[in-house]
Amino acid sequence: MHRHQGRAVGYNWNWGIFWEQSPEGNGTYLDMLVQGLGTTLLTAALAWIIALVVGSAVGVLRTLPGRTAPLLASAWIELFRNMPLLVQLFLWYFVFPDLLPTPWAIWLKQLPNASFVTAVIGIGFFMSARVAVQISSGIEALPLGQRAAATALGLTSAQTYRYVLLPMAFRIILPPLTSELLNTIKNTSVALTIGLAELTARARAVQEFSFQVFEAFTAATLAYLAINLIATLAARWLESRVRVPGYGKA
Amino acid sequence: MSNFDFEIIGRSLGYLFFEGMRFTLTLTFLAAIGGVILGTGLAIIRLSGGRVLSAVAAGYVNLVRALPLVLVIFWFYFLVPYLGQWLTGSSRPIHVGGFASALITFIVFEAAYFSEIMRAGIASIPRGQAAAGLALGLTPLQSMRYVILPQVFRIMLPVLLTQTIVLFQDTSLVYVLSITDFLGAASKIAQRDGRLVEMYSFAALVYFIVSFAASRGVQRLRALIAVPR
Amino acid sequence: MSSTAEPVIRIEHVTKSYTSGMPVLRDVSLTVARGEVVVVCGPSGSGKSTLIKCVNALEPIQQGRITVDGEQVGGKGVNLPRLRARVGMVFQHFELFPHMRVLDNLCLAQCKVLGRSRQEAESRSEALLDRVGLKAFAGKHPGQLSGGQQQRVAIARALAMDPVVMLFDEATSALDPEMVSEVLDVMVELARSGMTMMVVTHEMGFARKVAHRVVFMDQGEVVEDSPTTVFFEGAQSPRARQFLSKILTY
Repeated sequence: MHRHQGRAVGYNWNWGIFWEQSPEGNGTYLDMLVQGLGTTLLTAALAWIIALVVGSAVGVLRTLPGRTAPLLASAWIELFRNMPLLVQLFLWYFVFPDLLPTPWAIWLKQLPNASFVTAVIGIGFFMSARVAVQISSGIEALPLGQRAAATALGLTSAQTYRYVLLPMAFRIILPPLTSELLNTIKNTSVALTIGLAELTARARAVQEFSFQVFEAFTAATLAYLAINLIATLAARWLESRVRVPGYGKA
Repeated sequence: MSNFDFEIIGRSLGYLFFEGMRFTLTLTFLAAIGGVILGTGLAIIRLSGGRVLSAVAAGYVNLVRALPLVLVIFWFYFLVPYLGQWLTGSSRPIHVGGFASALITFIVFEAAYFSEIMRAGIASIPRGQAAAGLALGLTPLQSMRYVILPQVFRIMLPVLLTQTIVLFQDTSLVYVLSITDFLGAASKIAQRDGRLVEMYSFAALVYFIVSFAASRGVQRLRALIAVPR
Repeated sequence: MSSTAEPVIRIEHVTKSYTSGMPVLRDVSLTVARGEVVVVCGPSGSGKSTLIKCVNALEPIQQGRITVDGEQVGGKGVNLPRLRARVGMVFQHFELFPHMRVLDNLCLAQCKVLGRSRQEAESRSEALLDRVGLKAFAGKHPGQLSGGQQQRVAIARALAMDPVVMLFDEATSALDPEMVSEVLDVMVELARSGMTMMVVTHEMGFARKVAHRVVFMDQGEVVEDSPTTVFFEGAQSPRARQFLSKILTY
C-alpha cells in the first residue's frame, strides 16, 4: 500500500509472519496454511469422485431412449443446479439430519468430522449435476450412426455405452471436465461456512490471529494459482495421452 | 419434521423479501451490468489492444478465474478501504459499507467470466464483418461499436443471462461478511428463533424457484432471438 | 485512356509476406487510371485477392508504396478511415451487417464517417437502392434477401460513400449460378457510367465486355498486364494462355 504523508496510517507488511508460531500452539502460521491446503485437496478429491460417478450415471440416463430416464436425469440436474452451493451445504448440514429418525440424526450430528463429510457429499452432488450436463452433451455430440453401428453389431445398450459411446464422449469433454475439476477445488472454500478448515478458512484464521491479512491472502492466492497450473498441465498431458490418432485436430 | 413451523416463515416474509431479496436482486442487477461493461472492455483489450495491454488483461482474467469467489470476497473486503485511502489520498483507510464492498467485488469477479463470454462472441463473428466496417471508413472502435458488438450481444445474450443466474446464486456468498442479503436475512431469523430447518428449507425453495424460472425464460429467449442472416 | 493522366490507384513494387513461408506478393506494380476498369485474374493463390485488400490497407504491406488519389496508403499523417471511405469495396461474402436493416446498412458509414444527417443519408441510400433495383427492400434484414440481392445491396452501400474508385473482390464467386448475372449487370452499368474500378474476378465475359485492361497474376507476381483485346486475342505469357484455355474452354 502506498504511504502518503509521514503520519498516514498505512498497512504494515510482515512477510516473516509465516515462520512465527501460531497461537493455536501446534506449529507456525505456514503450517496452518499447509494443513488448510491439504484439507482443500482431500475434500475436492473425494467430492470429485462422487461428482464423476454420479454425474456419469445421470448423464447417461439423460441420453437413454424413452421418457422416464431422461426426465429423472433432468430433474436431478435442475435440482442441484438451481440452488446456490452455500444453501445446499446448509441443507445437508442443518436440515437433512432432522429428516432422519432421531437416533441417526444424533449419530450424524456427533460425527467428529461432520463438516468434512457434509462438504464432500454436498459439493460432490452439486458438481454431479454439472458433470452430468457435460457427459450427456458429449454423448450427443457423437454422430448418430455410432449408436446404430454398435446396435447393428449386436452390442447391448450397456455395451454400446461402455465400449463405443463413453470412451469417445469422455475424450471430447476432457477440457470442460478439467474446468469442472478446478471448480470443485475452488468450491471447497464455500464449506468454510459450515466450519471446514480448508485453505481460505485457514488464511482467514491467520488474518484473525495476526492481523497480517494481505500476506495470508497472498499466500492462499499463490496456492490456488499453483493448483490451477498443475491441474491444467496434468489435463493437457492426459489429453495428449488419450488422443485418438486422426480424430479432430492432429 | 412433524413440528415444522410454517408460521415463522409467514411472519418473516416482509423482512426476507423487502430487506434480503431486495439486496440480493439489486446486487445481482448492478453487478451484472458492471461486470458486462468491464468484461466487454477486457475482451476488446485482449483482442485488439497492444501486446502489453492484452497480456495484462489476460493475466487479470486468468488470475480471477483461478480463485474461489469466497477468497476474492475476503480480499476486497480488506483491500477496498486501503484502495479508497490510496485513491482519495486520505490519511486513513476509508470505511466502505457492506453493499459497496460486495458490489465492487462482484463486478471485478464476474467481469472475468463475462469477458470470456464476450471474447468467444467477438471471435465468432466472421472476420469479413470487421473488414467491411473498416472498408467503409469506420475506425476500429466504431466498427466494434456499431458492427461487431451489437451482433455479439444478440448471439451471446442467453449465455450472458445464464451467467447472471449463476451470479444471482453466487451473491449468497456475501453471507461470509454477515450481510443481510436474502440468505443472510433467513439465517438471522433462523439463528434468532432456533428455526434453522424452516428458514433454510424456505430459502432453498425460493432460490430454486427464481433460478429455475429464470433459466426456463432464457431457454425461451434462445429460440426467439436468432439473428436473421 | 490517356496514359499521362494521374492514376487513381498506383501500386509500386509491393512485396508482402506472412511471417512464415513464401511471399504472397512479389514486387507488384500496377496502376488504375481515372475512369478505367481493370480486371485482375489468375489462379487461386495467385495473390490477387490479397493485392486488392492492400489497396485500402485491410492487409498491411512490407515493402513498396500504394497511393490512392494522390494519398499514400498507410503514410504518415494520412487519415486511414477517411481514405478508406473514398474507396468502395465489395466483398466475396457480401458482409452486410446482419443486425441492421438494408437501409441502415447504407446509412451507417454515411452518418458516422461522412457526418451526413440521417435524412440526407436516407435519401441518398434510397436513390442507390433504386439504382440497383432494390428500393422495395430497404426495410428488410439482409438475411431475408437472396445472395444476388445482398450483393447488390453491398454495391449500393459502397456507392453511398461517393467513392473515387470501387474495388470488387471476387464479388460473384460465392453466388449461386443463376444470381451471377444480376450482379454483373449492376457492375456493367457502373462501368459504363464511368466509375473507376479494380475488379478481381474469374468472369471473363465481364472482362471482355467492359474492362480496359486485364492483369494476370500467378504466384504473387504480375505476369501480364495488357489491353483487353490484346489479352484475349494473344496473351504473351504461356501461363496466361494456359489459364485462359482452362477457364474458357469449359
